[in-house]
Amino acid sequence: MYTLSNRLKIFSVALMLLGALGWFYSYSASHVSLDEVKTMLAEEASHSGGHGEVADTHALAEESHAATDSHESGGLTAEAHDDEHAEHVMHQIHNRPYSALYVAAFFFMMIALGALAFYGIQYASQAGWSPVLFRVMEAITYYLLPGALIVLAIALWGDDHIFVWMNPDMVNPESADYDALVANKSGWLNKSAFTIRALIYIAGWCAYRYFSRKFSLAQDNADINDNRNFKKNFRISAAFLVFYIYTESMMSWDWIMSVDPHWFSTLFGWYVFASMFVSGITVIALITIYLKSKGLMEFVNDSHMHDLAKFMFAISIFWAYLWFSQFMLIWYANIPEEVTYFVTRIEDYKLPFFGMLVMNFIFPFLVLMNSDYKRIPWFIVMAGIVILIGHYVDVFNMIMPATVGDRWSIGLPELSAVALFLGLFLLLVFYALSKAPLLPKGNPFIKESEHFHY
Amino acid sequence: MEASKVIHAIYTDDDVLMSAVKKVKAAKHHIEEIYTPFPVHGLDKAMGLAPTRIAIASFIYGCIGLTVSIVMMNYIMIEDWPQNIGGKPSFSYIENMPAFVPIMFELTVFFAAHLMVITFYLRSRMWPFKKAENPDPRTTDDHFLMEIPVHGNIKDLEALLAETGAVEINIVDKEEAH
Repeated sequence: MYTLSNRLKIFSVALMLLGALGWFYSYSASHVSLDEVKTMLAEEASHSGGHGEVADTHALAEESHAATDSHESGGLTAEAHDDEHAEHVMHQIHNRPYSALYVAAFFFMMIALGALAFYGIQYASQAGWSPVLFRVMEAITYYLLPGALIVLAIALWGDDHIFVWMNPDMVNPESADYDALVANKSGWLNKSAFTIRALIYIAGWCAYRYFSRKFSLAQDNADINDNRNFKKNFRISAAFLVFYIYTESMMSWDWIMSVDPHWFSTLFGWYVFASMFVSGITVIALITIYLKSKGLMEFVNDSHMHDLAKFMFAISIFWAYLWFSQFMLIWYANIPEEVTYFVTRIEDYKLPFFGMLVMNFIFPFLVLMNSDYKRIPWFIVMAGIVILIGHYVDVFNMIMPATVGDRWSIGLPELSAVALFLGLFLLLVFYALSKAPLLPKGNPFIKESEHFHY
Repeated sequence: MEASKVIHAIYTDDDVLMSAVKKVKAAKHHIEEIYTPFPVHGLDKAMGLAPTRIAIASFIYGCIGLTVSIVMMNYIMIEDWPQNIGGKPSFSYIENMPAFVPIMFELTVFFAAHLMVITFYLRSRMWPFKKAENPDPRTTDDHFLMEIPVHGNIKDLEALLAETGAVEINIVDKEEAH
């Protein structure tokens, strides 16, 4: 039985406070006026020694943002263009704290959701190796309900700071900001439909999580020959996985892909799934190693760690496969409305874009390839931390180019938002861990799992 | 060619064989070879065989395949007959690289897989028209055979093997073919 230590409580609350303070500071500092932006741009221009560069990146940002700009008249004077550019930059600066908060909230929600999918798969496949890890998974998924509601709340509160299509002018034919493409999609992309869908996803996932946890605990206290709770869990897990793969895909369109409302990719749901799956498995491995180092999970042996590390390795490759599949088709076809997505990222986000490939694919691929290294805890921890940072950057790359364009940085708003949600995540997950014995002793496969040997 | 005596102990169950191997090893006898109809998990460890190096070989073969694909595509598509790939006639290797990634992947896997199988066959001394080393055809069906070279007291060894559950113990002259 794990007890939530005071040290961990204080640590996570301190993280949350620091994160909240840092974020509010950067939020209030982001309210720059148009004149301030103009001064800033003038300074930048004099530093970088030419206006051409700024105009270039602006033109690119414009492409992805054609939605917000009515920029077709070529007869604009240079001054008017500068004004428009300054306004655009001002919006990007305003958007940054919202986006930073959203990226961090989504990242931690995604960990819980990925762990829930992994947990569901273990039950549906009646896996014999993994039941010793079930309580860790159940604890991580405890974060899903608050985490997902927070993501939804930020999305609705952030409004067109994050989702440009939430701006009512975009679907108003009278407005200068009217966008025919977004208007065409307004049957799906409107605020009330977005909210209803989000609530359906969250309700489905969390209902499964609630009942599965309940049956898992009930199975512990049941008679040795009574596997009814396990069977119920098996059935609802199979049903959940069907529900999950549809809703996860739709969630990824709604919560991520729609930040670029002109762009779409048909395998986006899979891509986001790979990201959340590997993050969830990594966190399961990290928390298990932590508890094992405390001597609380002696029943977890090398072979369990080996299997988790194999999953981290395999799903990292799977992620890279999907990333590349998406990239290559769009790169090859080179259709302007599609390729702008990657042009923006390669021009303005070179380091995070390619750095993410190294962290999410090349590093875990090389580090976790050797069979023996998958059993060494510090190797798993090292690879795991890099994978998690890599997948944070992945979410960052999916949201930021649409909202802040080339005005990005990983600074105070991003780091404090991560601290805020990391604190909340740790607090809730370890609280949930302390609520039940770490060994699900009633699971019919528990003996097999304890003796699991690869 | 030198003839030496070996004992062939035959078992009919892989679990019995595993425990027999452990007992024979504990009694400090050298096990020359074991013939089984299917791979027995953990047998190599119980026999005290050195860990396999096939993974290292496979990694090296994969690297060779990757290199071959890079050099090959550079020669075919960029140097020898420059191609306009996807309407982007840059004729630069690095700018056309994404189009070559599937080939890099396939050749890496192709080289690693095929050369690894060939290496495994050669290392196991199996090649076409080779006469089988298998001493007893029943080991291709449902019997397990443990081969132990005889040094010193045969009776003790026979008693030990009988005790481990061997169904049949034969002493044979073995011709050293290699």
